Amino acid sequence: MNLEPGLESQLPADKPYSVSFVMEAARDWINKLRPVWVEGEVSDLTRARSGHWYFTLKDRRSCMQCVLWSEDVKKLRLELEPGLKVYASGRLTVYPAQGRLQFTVKQLLPTSSEGFHAARLEAARQALARDGLLDPDRKRPLPAFPSVVGVLTSPDGAAWHDVVAVVSRRWPCCQLVLIGARVQGDEAPRDIQRALALAARYPSLDVLIVGRGGGSKDDLGAFNDEAVARAVAASPVPTISAVGHEVDITLTDLVADVRAATPSAAAEKAVPDRREIEGRIASLGARIAQGAGRRVAYASDLVATAGHRMGQACERRLERVRAGADRLGASLDALSPLKVLGRGYSVARDGRGRVLKRVADFSPGEPFRLRVSDGEVDAAAR
Amino acid sequence: MTDPRPTTHDPRSLQDALRRLEEIVRSLERDDLDLDRALALFEEGIGRLRDARERLSEAELRLRQLREAADGSAKIADLGR
Repeated sequence: MNLEPGLESQLPADKPYSVSFVMEAARDWINKLRPVWVEGEVSDLTRARSGHWYFTLKDRRSCMQCVLWSEDVKKLRLELEPGLKVYASGRLTVYPAQGRLQFTVKQLLPTSSEGFHAARLEAARQALARDGLLDPDRKRPLPAFPSVVGVLTSPDGAAWHDVVAVVSRRWPCCQLVLIGARVQGDEAPRDIQRALALAARYPSLDVLIVGRGGGSKDDLGAFNDEAVARAVAASPVPTISAVGHEVDITLTDLVADVRAATPSAAAEKAVPDRREIEGRIASLGARIAQGAGRRVAYASDLVATAGHRMGQACERRLERVRAGADRLGASLDALSPLKVLGRGYSVARDGRGRVLKRVADFSPGEPFRLRVSDGEVDAAAR
Repeated sequence: MTDPRPTTHDPRSLQDALRRLEEIVRSLERDDLDLDRALALFEEGIGRLRDARERLSEAELRLRQLREAADGSAKIADLGR
């Protein structure tokens, strides 16, 4: 009996093992098997009070005892009934107390006419949808002018070279950061998740392209992995999927913020075209020159108009001053002593020009001058 | 592997520059703008246009690679072409 390497050397070969020892050793060995998917027909379904369900899966030649624990019963998305054909995912174990093999089921899917992969994909898609990861509202806009573009792909694949070619032509004013991961094969889902986690720890990324170029058509598996899709959805920066396949839309495509058919298309979506931006800058320059020119022309028009209006205003003001001066002149004229003389008065002044106002100001024989309206007369007091 | 080169420019500030240029154009295309302000905006606009053009023309694509360091941190290194 070769239950486990080394066991035989630890126990004497000439003594019998206990039943428990053998069954528990068998359980321990079988428990090491990987989880598997099994296709079969449901029969002998028992829903126990404990909440656990027990049933048998069978095909034409064999049957297996199955258990679905209550916590997994709650997650079940189908009506389980005898006769139903299902895909069941779970692990084999041994139930020593009853000495039988038991299949512990974690997930059940109805069989599909399109086959197992389609059924699994649809179940995963529904699970993502239930968690809101496919909502259009979740889609984030891409940055207009990214500084740092991440590319999660195989370092040896065509995708990296395609992205480098497009970005160096369109938008060389940025950094392209390769985040290498295996994108095909059994290890790909775990490796892509590791690379996504690494990318999430690098804060400078503005946008992340996740994908692969060309390659084999059937090896899209990693990008249809539910855990990979969830990790892409959790990316802190906007994502562009580039799975390199025109026809099949993967789960990664569904959760990415933007889907591109190929890595080249992803690169075109990730970065703007430098020539376009140069054109935009040129047009902005022209509009600035035009706008400023127009504004200056408008201002000089304003100055000309203002000058004209100022001239008019001065003219009017001058007119007013002139009229005022005329009026003032008229009243000054009325007050002029010459005007009084005109009415017949005269002014007497002595030789030194002093006005002689009283009788005492005159001395007999003293000459004086008399100012009348049209001139002066020499005179003397007697 | 080449030596890390200094960043020649930051496209994020290019985005700011273009946004500001659009604002300047919008302001200049209004009629109620003060002439002094218009001339100041014009001068600023010309400066920003020149910067933006220089940034676009100087740019050279940099290729780098992100790796996980032994301590689990994310490390960035230049990548030869």
